Amino acid sequence: MSILINKDTKVITQGITGKTALFHAKGALDYGTQMVGGTSPGKGGTTVEIALENGTTASLPVFNTVSEAVAVTGATASVIYVPPAFAADAILEAVDAELDLVICITEGIPVLDMVKVQRYLEGKKTRLIGPNCPGVITPDECKIGIMPGYIHTKGHVGVVSRSGTLTYEAVHQLTTRGIGQSSAVGIGGDPVKGTEFIDVLSMFNEDPDTYAVIMIGEIGGTAEEEAAEWIKANMKKPVVGFIGGATAPAGKRMGHAGAIISGGKGTAAEKISTLEACGIKVAPTPSEMGSTLVSVLEEQGLLEKCITRK
Amino acid sequence: MNIHEYQGKEVLKQYGVSVPEGKVAFTVDEAVEAAKALGTSVVVVKAQIHAGGRGKAGGVKVAKSLDEVKAYASEILGKTLVTHQTGPEGKEVKRLLIEQGCDIKKEYYVGVVVDRATGRVVLMASEEGGTEIEEVAAHSPEKIFKEIVDPAIGLQPFQAKRLAFNINIPKELVNKAASFMIALYTAFVDKDCSIAEINPLVVTGDGNVMALDAKLNFDSNALYRHADILALRDLDEEDEKEIQASKFDLSYIALDGNIGCMVNGAGLAMATMDIIKYYGGDPANFLDVGGGATKEKVTEAFKIILSDEKVKGIFVNIFGGIMRCDVIADGVIAAAKELGLDRPLVVRLEGTNVELGKKMLNESGLNIVAADSMADGAQKIVALVK
Repeated sequence: MSILINKDTKVITQGITGKTALFHAKGALDYGTQMVGGTSPGKGGTTVEIALENGTTASLPVFNTVSEAVAVTGATASVIYVPPAFAADAILEAVDAELDLVICITEGIPVLDMVKVQRYLEGKKTRLIGPNCPGVITPDECKIGIMPGYIHTKGHVGVVSRSGTLTYEAVHQLTTRGIGQSSAVGIGGDPVKGTEFIDVLSMFNEDPDTYAVIMIGEIGGTAEEEAAEWIKANMKKPVVGFIGGATAPAGKRMGHAGAIISGGKGTAAEKISTLEACGIKVAPTPSEMGSTLVSVLEEQGLLEKCITRK
Repeated sequence: MNIHEYQGKEVLKQYGVSVPEGKVAFTVDEAVEAAKALGTSVVVVKAQIHAGGRGKAGGVKVAKSLDEVKAYASEILGKTLVTHQTGPEGKEVKRLLIEQGCDIKKEYYVGVVVDRATGRVVLMASEEGGTEIEEVAAHSPEKIFKEIVDPAIGLQPFQAKRLAFNINIPKELVNKAASFMIALYTAFVDKDCSIAEINPLVVTGDGNVMALDAKLNFDSNALYRHADILALRDLDEEDEKEIQASKFDLSYIALDGNIGCMVNGAGLAMATMDIIKYYGGDPANFLDVGGGATKEKVTEAFKIILSDEKVKGIFVNIFGGIMRCDVIADGVIAAAKELGLDRPLVVRLEGTNVELGKKMLNESGLNIVAADSMADGAQKIVALVK
């Protein structure tokens, strides 16, 4: 099964006429995602032609507004590739149009804009993933975002992460061992975001096709610690972790807006010790995320079930 | 982005936040002139650097005459102050704030931050003024009071007053304190701050509520819409390589070690620093070239790393998603050829166009050590640098 998205999910791209948006719309279509249209205020009524790897050309309708795009295409999800100055507004528009899912890839949105978005989301039906995230993928079914599709393979391990390329590293380590993924979710590197670890872990917990989870965190904030407590109290499946930034100096923003140790809080050491205290094994290095999961699967007699590719 | 105390006070003044009268001085003469213009019997001479703990390090002096102002200004200007926040090498003082003295009756702490867990702006306050808030949080957390602000309506007067009562502001000054806090919150939101700390907030003998110190930090994601704040940037307070990197939109942080790193993606970049340390090495920097990097950007990133004399070897760790391995290879080869490769270079490529990238590196004629995995790469560079 999977969480959040599958082969039936219909997606639109907000800001579709931009270079990055078109590049990734093509990537989505090449992968088999049902990318059904997009928005670009002022360009409604036109189409974008995308030449695909299989030799065909996809012709996607462009709309002025998300509401119109949803009404015509029946899309339930949207992905946002809009520059930071306008991205919060794009999220609000998607939420107002009552989409089930909005995935915001954009990095650099002012934090106070996201504080407003967070408030607006309350009581609304839309789930926001991101911003500053690589997206979500359910292997062999649906890819929404910038991740390279080919490193993934279908299976039963869920992946949730604050980092993009570090997720690819983990997925690669799993795929090369024949261990497939149910869904991989990038929650993003910002301090104020739509979806946190606990939200995704809860979904994996309820997904009958996910047997284990890898959780990839980093310095800054206390989300990993909160997730650890939640896992201890609620999680029915094994979780393995990795925390990046053990060597990061205090007070410096390490690339991601949310990756900053401030006031002594948010250190990797504290996260690692909390995770371990809650029974979650933590990979000692980023190259051992896959092997650490394998050891836990073996301990729990789940390895056989999780090997989905020989 | 950080700014100096005197700049923070000027910003807050625009919002009606009460601050002592003061002026910046870049020379001893300017300091004396500023003191004369203030005309108060007591004048405080304060070092302006982007770090706290200046008082303890001898960077804040109370002068009771113009001669004393001159003496203190001469002593502090040009001095290298070492505080618990500057690191052992300290910071050279190039600016002073000459400020009127106040009759301080009591000190408090007031701060505004964004709370990540709730996604709200939070106003914090405590009766323990003048102490590091982390210390208070550690030893007497019950002395810290918080008001969570609903962004739909902003900080409300009842909240500001409640906070003032909770920290025992004298009741005749509660309204003034509440106005102060509302003005502080307004400035915070208007200017897209990430932190605004008033430590200490003071109540004075003549019935004023004032910010004796002001530490404002701004959200770098929002600077595009605050040209006035961007203009306050002090390049003297930043690392030269970090300044260069920001010109090319590269995410770079200087560290103390000798192994230069170039990686795509912040999480992977942090993890690369970690794994180098794990194998006994010491990273010289954090650098995220990002997904959309061009050959030029990669070349520039390489140059910045090579410009660091401490760097004895370089580790390039790339997992290409949007970033293509051949673009990285192109940039690395161009930079190495332009500057000459005089230090060991280990490259690990994976992901989009990996075979093409590896081929280009093999055929470049440069002495590049290829790595099969992240662990392999880290071990190789650590060994080569020893």
